[in-house]
Amino acid sequence: MSTPTTAPSPQVQEHGGGDAKAGRRLRQVREVGILLALVLLIVVTTVVNPNFLSAQSLRDLLLGATLLTILAVGQTLVIVTRSVDLSVGSILGLTAFAVGSLFIAFPNLPIPVVAVAGVLIGAVCGAVNGALVAAARVPALVVTLGTLYVFRGVDHWLAGGRQINAADMPGPFLALGRATVLGIPVLALVAVVVVAAVGWYLSSYRSGRELYAIGSEPAAARLSGISVDRRIFAAFVANGALAGLAGVLYAARFGTLDATVGTGLELQVVAAAVVGGVAIFGGSGTVLGAALGAVLLTTIGSALPILRVDGFWQQAVVGLLILIAIGMDRLLAVRAERRLRGGESRGA
Amino acid sequence: MAPESTSPLRRLLATREASVVGALIVTVIAASFWIEGFATGRNTGFLILDIAAIALIALPMTLIVITGEIDLSVASTLGLTSAVMGQLWVMGLPLETIVPLCVVLGAVLGAVNGLLVTVAGLPSLAVTIGTMALYRGLAYVVLGDRAVADFPFSWTGGATARIGETQIPWVVLLVIGLAVVFGVVLHATPVGRALYAIGNNDEAARFSGISVRMTKLWLFVASGAVSAVAGVFWTLQYSSARADNAAGLELSVVAAVLLGGVSIFGGSGALAGVIGGVLLLGTIRNALQLADVSSDTLSIVTGLLLVISVVAPNVVTRLKERRRATAPPPDRAAADSSPSSSPTVPAPSKR
Amino acid sequence: MFRSRMTRGIAAGAAAGLLLAVSACGGTTRGDEEEAAETGAVGEADPNAEIPEGLAVSYLPKQLNNPYFTFANTGGSEVAEELGAEFKEVGPSEANASSQVSYINTLSQQGSDVIVLAANDPNAVCSALNSARQAGAKVVTYDSDTAPECRDAFVNQASAEGLAKVQVEMIAEQIDGEGEIAFLSATPNATNQNLWLELMEEELSSNPDYEGIEVVDTVYGNDDDQKSFQEMQGLLQTHPDLKGVVSPTTVGLAAAARYVSDSEFKGEVAVTGLGTPNQMREYVENGTVEEFALWNPKDMAYLAGYTGAALAAGQITGEQGQTFTAGRLGDYEIGENGEIVLGEPTRFNADNIDDYDF
Repeated sequence: MSTPTTAPSPQVQEHGGGDAKAGRRLRQVREVGILLALVLLIVVTTVVNPNFLSAQSLRDLLLGATLLTILAVGQTLVIVTRSVDLSVGSILGLTAFAVGSLFIAFPNLPIPVVAVAGVLIGAVCGAVNGALVAAARVPALVVTLGTLYVFRGVDHWLAGGRQINAADMPGPFLALGRATVLGIPVLALVAVVVVAAVGWYLSSYRSGRELYAIGSEPAAARLSGISVDRRIFAAFVANGALAGLAGVLYAARFGTLDATVGTGLELQVVAAAVVGGVAIFGGSGTVLGAALGAVLLTTIGSALPILRVDGFWQQAVVGLLILIAIGMDRLLAVRAERRLRGGESRGA
Repeated sequence: MAPESTSPLRRLLATREASVVGALIVTVIAASFWIEGFATGRNTGFLILDIAAIALIALPMTLIVITGEIDLSVASTLGLTSAVMGQLWVMGLPLETIVPLCVVLGAVLGAVNGLLVTVAGLPSLAVTIGTMALYRGLAYVVLGDRAVADFPFSWTGGATARIGETQIPWVVLLVIGLAVVFGVVLHATPVGRALYAIGNNDEAARFSGISVRMTKLWLFVASGAVSAVAGVFWTLQYSSARADNAAGLELSVVAAVLLGGVSIFGGSGALAGVIGGVLLLGTIRNALQLADVSSDTLSIVTGLLLVISVVAPNVVTRLKERRRATAPPPDRAAADSSPSSSPTVPAPSKR
Repeated sequence: MFRSRMTRGIAAGAAAGLLLAVSACGGTTRGDEEEAAETGAVGEADPNAEIPEGLAVSYLPKQLNNPYFTFANTGGSEVAEELGAEFKEVGPSEANASSQVSYINTLSQQGSDVIVLAANDPNAVCSALNSARQAGAKVVTYDSDTAPECRDAFVNQASAEGLAKVQVEMIAEQIDGEGEIAFLSATPNATNQNLWLELMEEELSSNPDYEGIEVVDTVYGNDDDQKSFQEMQGLLQTHPDLKGVVSPTTVGLAAAARYVSDSEFKGEVAVTGLGTPNQMREYVENGTVEEFALWNPKDMAYLAGYTGAALAAGQITGEQGQTFTAGRLGDYEIGENGEIVLGEPTRFNADNIDDYDF
């Protein structure tokens, strides 16, 4: 909230014309850190129960991480601009139910059309958020807290107590949720494509880099001629569309839909991004990091029962992980800053 | 600066607090007219019990948001307190010991938040999302999915007891008492002025000799302790200690505070507005429920209310500025830069 | 300076806490039993009393958009039509204990004659219910009971013994009476689930027919589709020799069947329990599930409606041994603790599942 003054984000160095290498190294340290934690967790769990690395179990793990990964990628787009979107769980629930309803209302619609419709519904929800944040200039936290209730209410109204079952949706659509290519679930491949595409966009496109600039220093970004409002609006629309995609995939994977789908998911998504090194005050973080964060959180969820840790510990562990992650980020930032300052004095 | 706002009365009526209280009065009058069973002592009692926990937690939350921070862990603190209260009761401790211990526990949980924010310098939004998960998780570790329900009737009945012959629950006195304490601190002491100063400009406040870190730390401690009080009350009110008690309540509290006119960027807001916001939310929900409006519509109304309450003043300010900008043509250059530099229009990219 | 002031503050807090704790010795502890306020049934029953027209009968399920309750409460509107009563269904959108309280208060304030409730927590709703009863409402619980002193009668969807027995029989038949099994339940403090689990374990250990069956685990899916799915996945990984899973909850059974039907365990691991025909049809047809059971929820809500009407009319007061007629379901007698048992559960399999549409 007021911390940008007390906690200089590592991105400042990257965009302030300072040491770009230091910024990149910092990110790499973070991503390698999560990767190490992930590997350690998998090794320990596998030692306890070798079944954890069976093909079936790995497939389950990848499938489980798919939705969270896609949502975390979208959330990263929004968070780097110094915003946040708390309504993603509601958007996912709404699109999932809308997709099911479409199949019931028009059984002859081709599957790709329905999938695109789902993504579009998500994009429209995102556009509502984006318009309120960018045009009406209302803080994102407040707007999306409000639309969290509104979209969920629309979802409940649409469902009206109904449940959509697997039998109501076409077989080929549900088969998509189970299909594999070379043993890898198709849904997980979709997530990989999303991570790669958005990651590439953020790092290689001018408009992608501008998102970071906006998050680092909005006033400076505005002065340097970046159309801040349009970029923020676009980030929300993209995030909504990805949440819509996640809703479509949810419908395909789980087959059973009611109005409570995706409730409370927003905090897991923000947690995944934060654990993955996306700074909550914008300007830094990568899509790959957020995706790793999502995979790590999912793996913890599956590993705890196998490690015979009481399931009740799960939430506490996630909370602790978030605190450790933001603590580490702060520590790394402070060290990088000190190193930079040291470099300057030597140079002078 | 502008010559149009002159009389103090007018200025008072133009504040956010006044519009919230106005909306509350209109709602109450309309509901009394149209909705059967609303304007009765019995219903008022129900309404007050429904919003008591939100009202309690909203008090310290107001002060925290005014300094530009936020505490999302309040509902989890409530849940953990409730779980610990249940566990200690099962272990055979007397309630007279358990209750103060729980309040101390709440203060410690708040202090953890406070230390992470002030000493470690971490953003409170991220810290309290973390402790929200952590404290709720610990609540499950303490009590699991069990519910402890065998609290003595003298205590559970006492929690919902009414004052004398009226239908007003005594918990109103607790809320009013704490509201007076927080209100005096915020509006009539140097500490209160310091809170606004911190919210407006952290750095400047520090240079003017305000101990920013100590102030924030104590606010988080107060938030934890009051959440614990709310937890004890909640447990007795529903005579049920559970780890999932009040899950999601933090969103209602934040919604009420923002509805009450406190700026999410800090630096502005008043306690009276927040109390108006809590009452407004509670009244609308109660009235709509009595009118048989379904729970899905309730959540849509809650969300829209929150968004509109923040959008409307923004739009009004911008329109005013535009009008002012177009009225005297010679001032063109100054007017062009005003929307982005005016303090009343928050930068879109900040939360 | 910052630190020293802080330490002093903490020390002061701790000291204050300790002081309070010490001074409170000899306070209210768990052993001191107190009598709860008595609000039991009063007055005589008149078996021949007429059910008045225009009763306001309100259904309050665990949560509003739960398909099971949506279907069940069609039984409620059926009763209302037969009796010329006013039917209403309200409830929270999320199933938690405290949210039901404000709905009970609202119903009481609106002057409902009969409140039919499925409790999310047996105690949290008690004081609100008693206040509603003092204001003149009759309270019938269905599906999940409250503490007996807070309601007038409880419609039990099936005797716990009956349900436990049918599930044990089904799993034993499906795994040929031999091997490891596990339970996938809802939430660990759902009153009914726990009782069934207990009775099933008892039946398994006491009946010599089930000697070869060993219960190796019990997991909880919280009646959440995704959680149940993950718990099922975890079960099959931790217990490679598992022969069967019993899930006495509709959400859990559907999730378990879906997991098994897509996995290598299909046909290897038997899945049975309590489920609804519409949710399970696909898995019975594709051979994942052989047979499962359930009561008819619509009849349960129907019986609860008639019970409420009979209470409001004064035909019964909730005392053991009283009898009344529940429309198309016939005559019922009130058992111990004001309980009324709906009847035997129904088994569903490939032969009969198409006869049921719920």
